[in-house]
Amino acid sequence: MRGGPPGSLASMAQMENERAKNRGATAGRLLTEFKPYLASLALVFTLVVLGALSQALAPWLVGRAIDENISKLEPAGLTVRMLELFVVYILGSLFTSQQIQVVGVISQKLLAGIRKKLFTHLQSLPFRYFDQKPIGDLMSRVTNDVDTLNQFFGQGLTQLFGSLFGLIGILIAMLLLNVPLAIVSFLVIPVMLLTTALFAAQARSAYRKTRETVGDVTADIQQEIGGAREAQAFNRSKANIDRFRQRNAANRDANVQAVGITSAFSPAIEFLSTVATALVIGYGGYLVLEKQLTVGVLAAFLLYVQQFFRPVQLLSSIYTQAQSALAGAERIYAILDERPEPADAPNAKTLGAVKGNIEFDHVSFGYNPDRLVLNDISFHIKAGQTVALVGTTGAGKTTVASLVPRFYDVNQGTIRIDGHDLRNITRASLRSQMTMVLQEPFLFSGTIRENIRYGKLEATDTEVEIAAKTASAHDFISALPKGYDTPLGEAGSGLSQGQRQLLAFARAILANPSIFILDEATANIDTRTEAMIQRALETLLKTRTSIVIAHRLSTIEHADNIIVLENGKILEQGTHQELLTKNGKYAELHAKQFRSPKPQPT
Amino acid sequence: MNNSAARPSATARPGAPSPGAFKAITRALTYLRTYQLAALAALLSLILVTVTSLFAPQLIRIAVDEGIAKGQSNVVLTAVLGLIGTAVARGLFTFLQGYLAERVSQGVAFDLRETLFEKLQRLGFSYYDQAQTGNLVTRLTSDVEAVRGFIGTGIVQIIAALVTLIGTFVVLLAINWSLTLVVLTTIPPVFYLLFRFVSTIGPRFGQVQMALGKLNTVLQEDLRGLKVVRVFAREAFEATRYEKANQELLEKNVVTIKGIATIFPFVIFFGNLGTLAVMWYGGFQVIGQALSLGQLLAFNSYLAFLLQPIFTLGFLAAGLARAGTSAERIFEVLDAPLDVQDKPNAKVLPALQGNVEFNNVDFRYVGAEKAVLKGISFQVKAGQVVAILGATGSGKSSLTNLIPRFYDVSQGNITLDGYDLRDLQLSSVRSQIGIVLQDSTLFSGTIRENIAYGKPEASLDDVMMAAKAAQAHEFITGLQQQYDTLVGERGIGLSGGQRQRIAIARALLVKPRMLILDDSTSAVDAQTEGLIQDALDHLMTAEKRTTFVIAQRISTVRTADLILLLEDGQMKASGTHEHLLETSELYNQILGSQLKTPTGGAS
Repeated sequence: MRGGPPGSLASMAQMENERAKNRGATAGRLLTEFKPYLASLALVFTLVVLGALSQALAPWLVGRAIDENISKLEPAGLTVRMLELFVVYILGSLFTSQQIQVVGVISQKLLAGIRKKLFTHLQSLPFRYFDQKPIGDLMSRVTNDVDTLNQFFGQGLTQLFGSLFGLIGILIAMLLLNVPLAIVSFLVIPVMLLTTALFAAQARSAYRKTRETVGDVTADIQQEIGGAREAQAFNRSKANIDRFRQRNAANRDANVQAVGITSAFSPAIEFLSTVATALVIGYGGYLVLEKQLTVGVLAAFLLYVQQFFRPVQLLSSIYTQAQSALAGAERIYAILDERPEPADAPNAKTLGAVKGNIEFDHVSFGYNPDRLVLNDISFHIKAGQTVALVGTTGAGKTTVASLVPRFYDVNQGTIRIDGHDLRNITRASLRSQMTMVLQEPFLFSGTIRENIRYGKLEATDTEVEIAAKTASAHDFISALPKGYDTPLGEAGSGLSQGQRQLLAFARAILANPSIFILDEATANIDTRTEAMIQRALETLLKTRTSIVIAHRLSTIEHADNIIVLENGKILEQGTHQELLTKNGKYAELHAKQFRSPKPQPT
Repeated sequence: MNNSAARPSATARPGAPSPGAFKAITRALTYLRTYQLAALAALLSLILVTVTSLFAPQLIRIAVDEGIAKGQSNVVLTAVLGLIGTAVARGLFTFLQGYLAERVSQGVAFDLRETLFEKLQRLGFSYYDQAQTGNLVTRLTSDVEAVRGFIGTGIVQIIAALVTLIGTFVVLLAINWSLTLVVLTTIPPVFYLLFRFVSTIGPRFGQVQMALGKLNTVLQEDLRGLKVVRVFAREAFEATRYEKANQELLEKNVVTIKGIATIFPFVIFFGNLGTLAVMWYGGFQVIGQALSLGQLLAFNSYLAFLLQPIFTLGFLAAGLARAGTSAERIFEVLDAPLDVQDKPNAKVLPALQGNVEFNNVDFRYVGAEKAVLKGISFQVKAGQVVAILGATGSGKSSLTNLIPRFYDVSQGNITLDGYDLRDLQLSSVRSQIGIVLQDSTLFSGTIRENIAYGKPEASLDDVMMAAKAAQAHEFITGLQQQYDTLVGERGIGLSGGQRQRIAIARALLVKPRMLILDDSTSAVDAQTEGLIQDALDHLMTAEKRTTFVIAQRISTVRTADLILLLEDGQMKASGTHEHLLETSELYNQILGSQLKTPTGGAS
């Protein structure tokens, strides 16, 4: 409830944290989203006008009842007038009801459309885009920005129309009843707008401070809960509590200060509202005494005056809401305007079953064009071979592996699969020929079975089980109370890192690709399980091409070719024996890892 | 918008409050005790606001009946000045009320957050094994916020609404009792509709939140699993999944909107019927001379005072349900038992020599059926290096976690230099042990602050020494801002190997009398691992201190004074490398799995 109800100063000040840079263009573009709903919008417009009309009509009827029926002691006429009032009230409610519904449905459909567009577009964006954008950031932008639009469409837009027309209707009715009294009553409106603007400016800076302090508190909470184990291991609890107390207190004080401003706002507006009432009674009373006004009109004026503060207040809050909605829309369009991954070449072929010849032909590549990560790399993997990539962190191993499924396009040179330039093949057909197991396995929420089946959506339960058995995952899965139907939490929580990796293996095995890419796939598995997987893989990989990245050198000694990378260049390549004999970098790395003297044969 | 504390929690759903929630909110109210003076002042201000508000229609009546009707312009003027006077008083009291209520509520939120934070700092490892970080964060942010909103403004508003309601009722009765009774007939339908509104729309909002949560999960998974999605070419599958969740959200939203559209305008309608009843029945009374025109107008003004509190009460009922659920979640944390804590007469552990003994130790995680450690006994003499070997899940980490008493043993006992661990003060034990955990957390701050985590007052020289010993100095000095480089959430990302070396430096800086290294080199490439290994070898041998190492690699364990071989929580064998080579088949198996090529050894 910190934000306060819509129309409150707090909600205004909190929302207006950003403005769109290019408001006009963004607003125009946002308007075009409404095109499919033009017919419904016409209906909304009609409903709004009718609603405003009935809102303006009711006090007028009350005024007439006083002047023409009550004052003139006409009970029959009063009954008729009251029945009219009843009809006006009931029609007003029906119009409002319809209007809420139509506007609500249109805006929700529109938002669903925007969400779909965003998602589809995100899926078509190249990896480069995601390299620069932290996922958490992207997530919060997509969800928060659509949410701001939702708030604006859901509340702001209806209220904007409702209060604008309501206000206009009231102003017109007042002018029709009595021009001088109307003008005197209007005197308060500009003062109100000014007061609101002044307070909003003050509140904005106060709330900016509360946002900062809330940010500090939240960051502290997040961090210290995540690092609670460290806090205990290093005896830091007391220091942490002290720091938290400071930030917690700063947040409290900032809030109290901000509320000091907002608390003064609503009394100020209410005061102005009472001033308007007093003006109506004072000047109106004078006019009645001078016989220039009837008591009924005065009563109607009192009712009208009480109605125009809410719209004025709402309008200023909608203005700020519109600001942040536009800023949100602008960011949404920024994502939608990102260039998608270049489409497949027009004459791109569909790649059939491949043998698995991979050729890197003078390939250079950099995530930034001006900083090459791979520099003139050439090598050839024959169908069915296993190639290991070795080198220190940052040598370019993972980059090589990312180029094969064409996650990125090379800057120079060519990569070929079975003689086809990657750029002449459709991506989907290329990727369906290969699979990748990464160091950090990624599992989706859903059951274990669904996760394995991700590799081949049409696989039968038996196929899933066979794949799990091959990946040595069947035993631990069957030991779970729900077996293959065990649901996995976010990112596979509940399973150990090693077990998650086994599922990733099962998924890859089920996909049955011609090319396997293993990027540090066994780094987090203990050596005995690794040995089991290794045995399974040996059979699997015999007929398949595979690229293996591993820092545990013992796992790649049998590779047909070992490529040693350093700073994006190939330093040396050959079989394990060849490289040891050569006594170069590989031999050095090997010696480091196997510092023991001659291992004992078992 | 970095404003998560202000966002309503997606999990706290409004609805009918459970008895537990009601109890929890009553308990939360006890936190008001510290601020009772300000709370009472806020309440008093609010009652004064109500009283001054009730004056205004009377002034209107006087202006009409005594002034305008009787042609007394000075009465009109007095009434007008009176109106402005009450407005000033009212404004002052409104301000006081708002400001004081906020002070109280912020104070309560501060206290709640602080108690929660303190409790979370004291809760043991076993609590964190089961808790989800995101869930706990929500309790300190949105849940506290929900309770704060209710306690700060909610309570005061409920009392004020009741006072206004009763006060208005009395005034109306005094003006004209029969008209009052007619007007009152419109109140029950308003109440009923409002109740229907709150009770049907509340759960629907909950469903919208849930649908939104599902949608965001799909989005998040799609983004985090980008590589997997693309390499399996599952874009279409993901799009279908997303569209399904999107449609569900749309449906829930539409249902909610329809609910609002069918109920809310009619709440207003029945409110308006009050005006109709006043004008109609009251009009007849004026015609029949039983009521003056001014009284009629004043009566109509009072109607707003009847409706406003009813609306307030309706919406607060929804707030109460949400605040109750949040309060329940807060007290769940505060009431969580502290499993590991100092005995009343716990002793301070003197300078640790490093003799460790496990006597027939069993250990079971809270809530688990199976023990992870069974009948573990061994003895370590001061200065020995102990290596622990075993498959994933064999109990290695559990064993080392018992030594700094992150958990209490289920059976048997552990002694340090002959003292039973449970008789010692926790802080005196932990301050003498350096630990590198399996997953080390980097805190936001500089590298220097991260290394000095366990000893914030350490000099830069000491920090550098520790970093050098952990082989981290070189990469740190390669960074642009060296030891002042920001890391963590707002800083640069470090590789797994770099993070681990920071964690090792952190452990070394406290100059521990005992070291525990949990799997600390698994995510590091061969060359870096070699560097870390050199450093550790040096640490383990050069300074004589007891060291426990969990390691995957035979190369690490070879030189250990004692190797403990675990399988399924039991000790399969123990002894030196040579001893195990001769006696343990399992040891030879593990050895074999790592050194498949007998010619592998180079140096």
